[in-house]
Amino acid sequence: MTAELVRGQNHPLPQTRLEIRISAGQPIVAGATLGDEQGTVRGAEWVAHPASPQLPGIEVSKQAAADHRLAVDLGALAESVHRVTVLLALPTGVGGPVRFGSLAAPFTAVTGLDGAEVASYTVTGLDAESAVVALELYRRQGVWKVRAVGQGYAGGLAAMLQDQGLPQAAELAAEINEAVARGMARSVAQPPPRPGDDGRVRTATAGGSSDPGPVPAPPQSPVPPQPPAAAGSGGPVDYQHPGRRTATPPTPPPAVPPAAPGRPAQPVAGDASGWTMDERLYNQVWGMFEDLARTAAAYRSAVDFADSRMEQELDRVLSDPRSRIGTAADTARTEARAKHTALVDQARAALDRDLAQLAAEAEVVEPALPPAYARWDGPVWHGYQAPMEIPMALRLGDLHLPERTDLRIPMLVRLPLERGLWIDAGRSGSVEGAMLDSGSLRTLASDTAVAIAARLLAVYPVGEFQLQVIDPAGSASASYAPLLESGALRAPMAGAQGVTATLAALTRRVDLVQMAVRSGAADALPPDLDTAEQLLIVHDFPHGFDDRAVTQLRYLADEGPSVGVHLMMVADREDAREYGPVLDPLWRSLLRLTPVADDHLADPWVGHAWTFEPSLVPAGSRVLWQVMGQVARAREAYGR
Amino acid sequence: MTVNMSKGQAISLQKADGGTLTAVRMGLGWQAAPRRGLFGSRTREIDLDASAVLFADQQPTDVVFFRHLVSDDGSVRHTGDNLVGGAGQGGDDEAILVDLQRVPVHINQIIFTVNSFTGQTFTEVQNAFCRLVDETNGQELARYTLTGGGQYTAQIMAKVQRVGNGWEMKAVGEPANGRTFQDLMPHILPHL
Repeated sequence: MTAELVRGQNHPLPQTRLEIRISAGQPIVAGATLGDEQGTVRGAEWVAHPASPQLPGIEVSKQAAADHRLAVDLGALAESVHRVTVLLALPTGVGGPVRFGSLAAPFTAVTGLDGAEVASYTVTGLDAESAVVALELYRRQGVWKVRAVGQGYAGGLAAMLQDQGLPQAAELAAEINEAVARGMARSVAQPPPRPGDDGRVRTATAGGSSDPGPVPAPPQSPVPPQPPAAAGSGGPVDYQHPGRRTATPPTPPPAVPPAAPGRPAQPVAGDASGWTMDERLYNQVWGMFEDLARTAAAYRSAVDFADSRMEQELDRVLSDPRSRIGTAADTARTEARAKHTALVDQARAALDRDLAQLAAEAEVVEPALPPAYARWDGPVWHGYQAPMEIPMALRLGDLHLPERTDLRIPMLVRLPLERGLWIDAGRSGSVEGAMLDSGSLRTLASDTAVAIAARLLAVYPVGEFQLQVIDPAGSASASYAPLLESGALRAPMAGAQGVTATLAALTRRVDLVQMAVRSGAADALPPDLDTAEQLLIVHDFPHGFDDRAVTQLRYLADEGPSVGVHLMMVADREDAREYGPVLDPLWRSLLRLTPVADDHLADPWVGHAWTFEPSLVPAGSRVLWQVMGQVARAREAYGR
Repeated sequence: MTVNMSKGQAISLQKADGGTLTAVRMGLGWQAAPRRGLFGSRTREIDLDASAVLFADQQPTDVVFFRHLVSDDGSVRHTGDNLVGGAGQGGDDEAILVDLQRVPVHINQIIFTVNSFTGQTFTEVQNAFCRLVDETNGQELARYTLTGGGQYTAQIMAKVQRVGNGWEMKAVGEPANGRTFQDLMPHILPHL
């Protein structure tokens, strides 16, 4: 019968020869100190630790390990020993976690030599501690008992040994740490997750590329041991799909380092829930988006309140004929203004505190983003390789609020796209748009469209994404140079004559796939049908379109997204005004993006107006050429 | 430890160690109406709702209830509407979490209310209670037993207000009538 101890509880020990089992899920140091009747550790020779693992009656491991078995023979201890303290500590200086709060609660058990558990205790509630007294075996009136202690020390081993009265606590702690570090340096590193799964693992290297470049290595996170592959050796059948990760437990998120007292925790990239790093970063970015929206809401609401309160108070002064003039009125006015200033200052301080924290988070998150989420000037693009899996989301651009314009939130939309996109080439009232002539605005719109299309081509696995371009006036061809020259865009760009053919082909695809889906006969699709996701980009709409083509386009916009046909319009709504309100549903169904900064997007929580800026390739950068070249080469290599 | 509060009693939300309270939870629990079989059962479900109204001086600026689960600033969160109640074993069926450190600076009072959306009075609801919990350590700060509370459909439960740099809780415990917090507004105002 096992006794599950809670902190402070004790339990008699029936025998003197025991084993103490410890499991922590992560390599930790286990040791034991011997104490006299007063509980004092008389000297270094009373401590069993990795550098000196054996003492009369007790033996501990020589190195840090996730699982320990300490052998204890209470009968063999010296007469003067009245207490055995079992301690756990995190190895220092090896890049592992620095606080027990970031790993699973260590489990300890006292067992007999036959393995039967006498008592167990899970050391819970640890936080910033790096050393902990887990159990205590003590002699009381000739009988040995075990007590669950769970006393942690943020100061580590040195603080713990000091607390136990050891004179040379610091020296011994240093010796132990050194011995452990030496032992760990020799030991074989934990296997990387899914070795041989090249390019597929986005979890280990935050960028999804083999060369993470200057991406800060995520703090070492424990990797669950992979089940051994049953490689036809007569072992049990492995039912796991080799390319699917859903069945394996996710790697835990990176540990957050302990916060200095009184200061917010240091931000860490990937500090959100999710099964993969991809998902965690996505959730983190959306979390930052929400936090910024809400802290701005708090600030604006406070300022609005301060304004209206001051107005009321000033009105009151004015409306009172006795106090309208004279010093009383002046005092009241000054007071009202001072109250206003004080409240606004307070609100600003709270906002600044939050903004600083978000900015610090953005600083670590931005460099850790994989290509699909990264800016075009991000270094991760330089190590780009064709991916094996569709990412969760795509960055369309950046969002910011006027409260702090340099705090940019990546605007991530889920893939596959749920809505079509409309790159507005018109001068629809935005300040920046008004400063450009319509020609350069159109060029910018084309560049925006190409930047998004190229990103989609790059982040989809080889052959799973196709681009169709309708450019009746040929005005956008300059923007497509990187795609055309590298061979990443193979389908010829349709001119005015090709509009009908392109639309007809896509309409046929939508019809066939819809029929196949409805009747559950996916294998009945004709072999020439390309099942890749399709993005149709239409420039200069409605140039080259007749009524029938417009109808087809609306059909594609409505029915396409559910069967993998997406639409991107690069258009000025004014150009299509002769169609009147029949096109309104089309525009409304598309997500409007602007080629220049414009505050037309609302967040889903509070509804602030956010300024959107597209994610464009920096002027003069060759990154698009390089990436598109990689896409074309990967396609050749795969024969697609 | 349960503090059964009496009307008007004030508790400073200073902790024993001198630190101020940083997060509170208002919990509301009640026992679901008994089922009367499957077919043709006109079980009269009991739906109690917890709400929190945020005030800047005397002016309501935001409210968290079943149709607006998170205050715009994100400091007050409702965990979700429960339409039928629970087992009546003392667990919270609805909860509102308040992060006092994130409450905007101009908000100086938060009022917690309970309403019977389906109209039953507290005499008809079994095992109904509402309570305020220190979310950091789970300790109950105040508890009201609603069951047997008379022919009322609502209660203004408590208010949490800024005092100096910290917060203080004041038990109100005033019974009232109303379907949602809006009906209670006239009754709330005298308590500000």
